Amino acid sequence: MKNFRYIGKEAPRPDSADKAAGKAHYIHDLQRPGMLYGKIKFSEHPHARIKHIDTSKAERLAGVRAVITANNTPEIRFGFLRDNLALKKDKVRQYRDEIAAVAAIDPDIAEEAIDLIEVEYEPLPGLFSPEEAMKKGAPLIHDTDVQGRPRTDNLLSLQFHHESGNLGDGKRASEYLIEREYSTPLVQQSCLGTAGCIAEFDMNNNLTIWAKTQIPFLAQRDFNRALSDMGLQGKNSRVIVPTLGGGFGSGLDTHAYEYIAILLAFQTGRPVKIVYNREEEFAYLSPRQSTQSRIAQGCDRNGKLTFREVEVLQDNGAYTSWGATYPSVMMLPATSLYRVSNIYFNARLVYTNNTYCQAMRGYGNPELNWALESNMDELAEEAGIDPFEFRMINCNEPGETTPMGLKVSTCGLKECLESVAQKLDWKKKHKKSNLRGVGMASLIHVGGGGRIYRSDASGLILKLDDFGNVYAYHGGVEMGQGLHSVLTLAIAEALGVRPENVFINPTDTGTCPWDIGTHASRGAFMACNTAILAANKLRDKIFELAEEVFPKEVEKNLKKFREKNPGYNPPEFDFKKEAKSDCFELQDGFIFIKKGPREAWLRLELARLLRAVHFRNQGQMLTAEVFYDPPNVLPDFEKGFGNISATYAYGTQGAEVEVDVETGEIRILHLVAAHDVGKVLNPLALKGQIYGALAQGVGYALYEELQSQQGKIMNPNFRDYKIPTALDMDFPIDLEFIETDDSFGPFGAKGVAEPGLVPTAPAIANAIFDAVGVRIRDLPITPQKVLVALNKLKQSQETPRRKRVNKGT
Amino acid sequence: MKTEISFQLNGEEVTVMAEAHYRLIDLLRGPLGLTGTKEGCGEGECGACTVIVNGRAVNSCLYPALEIEGKSVTTIEGLLGPRNRPSILQQGFIDHGAIQCGFCTPGMIMSAKALLDSNPEPSEEEIREALLGNLCRCTGYVQIVEAVKKAANELKRMS
Repeated sequence: MKNFRYIGKEAPRPDSADKAAGKAHYIHDLQRPGMLYGKIKFSEHPHARIKHIDTSKAERLAGVRAVITANNTPEIRFGFLRDNLALKKDKVRQYRDEIAAVAAIDPDIAEEAIDLIEVEYEPLPGLFSPEEAMKKGAPLIHDTDVQGRPRTDNLLSLQFHHESGNLGDGKRASEYLIEREYSTPLVQQSCLGTAGCIAEFDMNNNLTIWAKTQIPFLAQRDFNRALSDMGLQGKNSRVIVPTLGGGFGSGLDTHAYEYIAILLAFQTGRPVKIVYNREEEFAYLSPRQSTQSRIAQGCDRNGKLTFREVEVLQDNGAYTSWGATYPSVMMLPATSLYRVSNIYFNARLVYTNNTYCQAMRGYGNPELNWALESNMDELAEEAGIDPFEFRMINCNEPGETTPMGLKVSTCGLKECLESVAQKLDWKKKHKKSNLRGVGMASLIHVGGGGRIYRSDASGLILKLDDFGNVYAYHGGVEMGQGLHSVLTLAIAEALGVRPENVFINPTDTGTCPWDIGTHASRGAFMACNTAILAANKLRDKIFELAEEVFPKEVEKNLKKFREKNPGYNPPEFDFKKEAKSDCFELQDGFIFIKKGPREAWLRLELARLLRAVHFRNQGQMLTAEVFYDPPNVLPDFEKGFGNISATYAYGTQGAEVEVDVETGEIRILHLVAAHDVGKVLNPLALKGQIYGALAQGVGYALYEELQSQQGKIMNPNFRDYKIPTALDMDFPIDLEFIETDDSFGPFGAKGVAEPGLVPTAPAIANAIFDAVGVRIRDLPITPQKVLVALNKLKQSQETPRRKRVNKGT
Repeated sequence: MKTEISFQLNGEEVTVMAEAHYRLIDLLRGPLGLTGTKEGCGEGECGACTVIVNGRAVNSCLYPALEIEGKSVTTIEGLLGPRNRPSILQQGFIDHGAIQCGFCTPGMIMSAKALLDSNPEPSEEEIREALLGNLCRCTGYVQIVEAVKKAANELKRMS
């Protein structure tokens, strides 16, 4: 691998000093002159007709500037299938449905006004599980589709399907076969910084919105459509992204509260801010979807996988977000994690009266990986093969094209598996039955963008000033993950300037080039690829100009140098002749001739060149602009085929746990995470990403669950919805980064933001099985579930666990 | 009904009018304009609003503003060292990658500061105990704990 000056070395983030000093400004901290505070009245029923809304008392409250409902505002339709309304008109379909909103001069008055709004409902029967909602004759949650055509059931029209090989052949070839069902709960992103926005119109009716979003440009498109719905055809919205306070997928859609702020701002002619409090964040923002999966897999007597059958049922909730496309990512592990032919995959999504869901880190992968990697261990157990060996036998390899058509450019899965086995001391600790156990699970994820939209592109503009500084305008979103840190290093590295001279501008649709959004672990992959392309363009321009400027300026340098050092004898080198555009190098802000001697005078400060070409007749300033769309394709999701990403990230995680058989409690003793990252860009930031993802993985495995009862969120606070604390994470963690130097990756790197939490839960579940022989198939693995399973196991000790299946079943 | 209250804020005497229902965080973020203190939950569960009152880390979202009369308050804004450079503890967070989205950071640093003021050589266990009330969703706490340890060593070396 190439030697880099900045890439691969530990570097503190450029934004960390401001954050450490309390000087970073989140949406919560922003104020606009004359700003009003918006508040939303949410539904008190999961499914009901709205008979009457009385806002008269709220309107009379001093300090209230506007009260809006669907009755006095234009209809704004939004969402992935445009099945959601900013303010609900005739019917509510979930507890959190937005019925009315107020804008007031302070937040307390806004809250008081909301309590004065009276709504009369006619309750309708609710559907709170996909099974109920799929029953024949179940009430329809949406009577019509967006086009107004009558619907006949509660199934979504979205299709996610894959078939390859021949399932029957695969089953017949199976010596061992296992079929099990698994489930995952609703999980909340739990950003420490809650959701919010400020909407403001200028006198030309153009909108500026400061939004906590991961998709500024898709949001601009959505908001412009809303402006059109409001009768403001041709008007524009400018989306500015403040310091984010965490994203984890919660910013991958536009939200009703944003449209409500827009409506209130338009109505009042004043800026309106809506920020969710923690209870609202838990109860009224969309969480990770709950899923149920059925998985059947088989293998031959040598442990070679023979077939895989996967069916997923996803509770969509009442409306449809981008999160409904989770199965587009589930297809990756279903078809391509380990080598298997003869595959069936199908996912169904069902409307219910539960809270509607959206993206969260991993985007369907943790859900399916949970089922698949649990099932891999169950099949290994059935076949009497060591789970580590079983994975090695079926391991993916570089150069293969998977049944989904994924082109595997590089693959470090084997190294990841071996690393985890070694760090866990697998051979010594596995199958020791001493209430301690070890387990592992692997993953595949997109690592080179992820095309789920017509464009998977990202742009970058670099602008140089008179002082050798570089300003970057990039549409990706820094949400805490460190995007601006790697972008800074990539620009410094690729252009040849010092990181201190690189400034990343705030993400703003008014100044930055288009970007599809910060999702699919694509931020660093895309940004750094654009940095390399833009830097190359700038270097070409700089070196072309240097042909003329360099000899002149260096001559001046030499003259000064000789004045200071009278006896100086310069080395024999004809710099005038050698000053050709393809002979220059730029490093740390200095231009020099590659093969020339490294004399202090024989180099030109970039800033001097920039001023020389700026302040002359017909002078110029240097900028470069690039737009990079990675070499991947938008898959046909109905057929489940297409190379969705330019490259793929692999990884294996291992856990050692101890189970308290009296209480059912799980104590994690050791976690190992080995990830094929292509190339480490900034070790400090990368470690932080994986440590943080592991904590989310531990939460997913052991306690996180948004409890929904008849559609109502019962634990909308950190007391009852527990995320890991510093004490919960008090065990050794080993990280191992496998560098496969991917040819599509910038500097060889792959995306790595999501993989860190994908296989954590099954690794822990597999370790629990190794420790005490119980298999928990529904997350989270609570002590109660473990105790119940332990009791069951005790009762069935006499029946033999291992059963051979008949061939051909 | 507004009440006048006086207290010491980041080493300076301040007098400010507070509504009766104000919490300390409202006073800090509102009339005093110190937005470094963050509100993450408003229920004392997340610790993002941690400030130091008379030497002890408290959740400013649970602290009635009127009770601050005559006391001494330190917020994240009061932590900067000479020439407004980051203090050793803040620098520890910066250098060890302990900051991601940064929303929990001011509260986290204030809890760590209260710990190191009372216990200059904490064990890892003591650090984790002291940070128990500060939730972080980004970092998994590993680099935060490292940062506090390194800052403690650095402070000891300097004393």
